[in-house]
Amino acid sequence: MSNFFLLLQQELLLTAIIFVLLFVKLSAKEWNGKTVLSLINILLVINLAAGFFFKEKGTLFGDMYQTNDLLRLEKNILNLGTLLISLQAYNWLLKHKHAIEFYVLMLSTLLGMYFMLSSSNLLMFYVGLELASIPLAALANFDLDKKRSSEAAMKYIMSSAFASGLLLFGISMIYGMVGSVGFAEITAAASENPLFLFGFILIIAGFGFKISAVPFHLWTADVYEGAPVAVTSYLSVISKGSMLFVMTSVLFTVFSKLLFQWYNIVAVLAVLSMIVGNLFAIRQQNIKRFLAFSSISQVGFILVGMSGANAESYSSIIYFVLVYLFSNLAAFAVINVVSEASGKENIDDYKGFYKTNPALTWVLAVALFSLAGIPPTAGFFGKFFLLLGGASKGNYLLIIVAALNMVLSLYYYLRIIKAMFMDANETPVERVALNWSPKISMFVCVAGIVVTGIISGAYEYIYSLLK
Amino acid sequence: MSDIPVSHILFVSTALFFIGMYGLFTRRNMITMLMAIELILNSVNINFVVFNKYLYPEKLDGIFFTIFIVTIAAAEAAVAIAIIINLYRSHKSIDVEDATDMKY
Repeated sequence: MSNFFLLLQQELLLTAIIFVLLFVKLSAKEWNGKTVLSLINILLVINLAAGFFFKEKGTLFGDMYQTNDLLRLEKNILNLGTLLISLQAYNWLLKHKHAIEFYVLMLSTLLGMYFMLSSSNLLMFYVGLELASIPLAALANFDLDKKRSSEAAMKYIMSSAFASGLLLFGISMIYGMVGSVGFAEITAAASENPLFLFGFILIIAGFGFKISAVPFHLWTADVYEGAPVAVTSYLSVISKGSMLFVMTSVLFTVFSKLLFQWYNIVAVLAVLSMIVGNLFAIRQQNIKRFLAFSSISQVGFILVGMSGANAESYSSIIYFVLVYLFSNLAAFAVINVVSEASGKENIDDYKGFYKTNPALTWVLAVALFSLAGIPPTAGFFGKFFLLLGGASKGNYLLIIVAALNMVLSLYYYLRIIKAMFMDANETPVERVALNWSPKISMFVCVAGIVVTGIISGAYEYIYSLLK
Repeated sequence: MSDIPVSHILFVSTALFFIGMYGLFTRRNMITMLMAIELILNSVNINFVVFNKYLYPEKLDGIFFTIFIVTIAAAEAAVAIAIIINLYRSHKSIDVEDATDMKY
């Protein structure tokens, strides 16, 4: 019994926070918005800090649940991202009537991601996945009176339900072949039997939907544009990051016998995601939509790293997700405050931004440089390790395509930087007043972009966990 | 009961899966699309039950999975219908062709 509490520490802590918030919501007392939001942010800091002290490893529920140092690190990365998003959403939630529900839903999805990461059974994985995606649809609809928000939520729930239908059909085929849904049994029984391959490909399609790799990306741009900025950043960083962690571990361990098959699938998905993501990003006018396509092309780069199928590429994926979290959240922090203050979300609105908001311009510029992969920002090292991991298979054509796409992506990232620094604009965005919470979040993001790039300890620590 | 071969039942479930897929792609009414998704999930349920009953009757993995799918499908439908109601309030329609504020 004590084992139960020790192994589930992170999940139990998060559940406790959700229950505290529910009690705050249900209590008769009318709470002051600022007090509640500060309380929630403190709880999230505690959640993040406590994650570093837990050390137990083992399995629970008859091998359905597992935990170890690597999974704990992945959960800590997700915790960090959630805290940063919560800080960025502070001003938006102050004005919103349902701030506590926002957190209850968001932390429920985070709990689902925890179980998804820790699963060693397809049943646990499926339950975690649905817990992570159904409340997200409700979150996408959180601007209740905006047409686009409910349209985004509808598109998200329809496509995610369809994706989980595909995933489940694949799981049922694999169950028919193996007779069990445990990862250990599937690993032992994996074969190139056509029925097993059919199930396996459907499972990859389900994964592809969630990480929005190209042919399965069509929902991404619409949902990212319509959802509130805080939810967009949560979708693009936390939801996608957790899914990438799970996909990597499932492909590397459970389906390691089918390496030849999934190597080809992942390589094709990578090339398509990079090219289509980049080409569509060039023609976007809305900056959230632009970041949606840029995140599709970033997934392409991550899939290049995934195709390496060894410890180096595994650690490069985790490292890149960490870097991507800092860079993308820095960009979203700026977009969030600008959209909150002026309602402007188009790239043209950012013309002449440097004249009125020099500090914010630098934050966005550093974030975009990191996303484009320019040294000395961490994005360069992240992409470098990914390509190095992908190159270990000796498929240099894939690496050349990825390198060319990095050049292509530089064009559209620099387009925004040019608009901010050089283009003249008669009605630039007014000077935005910042309070403490977005400031802290931007500071942490920029510090993360610079520090994780310079200090090699981060990558080496992740690599040591995989040995 | 055991007179019916597995392949017949798998044929029914696969047909149901593709009927659901066809419905999802061709229907324009959101509630009907939701029904199509339920068809897909139910075809998966049939698969699980059939595999469990015929091939691995000594363990109940498939039956458990079915119970979870039914429960989660109910939760999914609840959230989806809430979203559709909200969409109806702003768009005055539950036709997907009308929910096209964002494209390309």
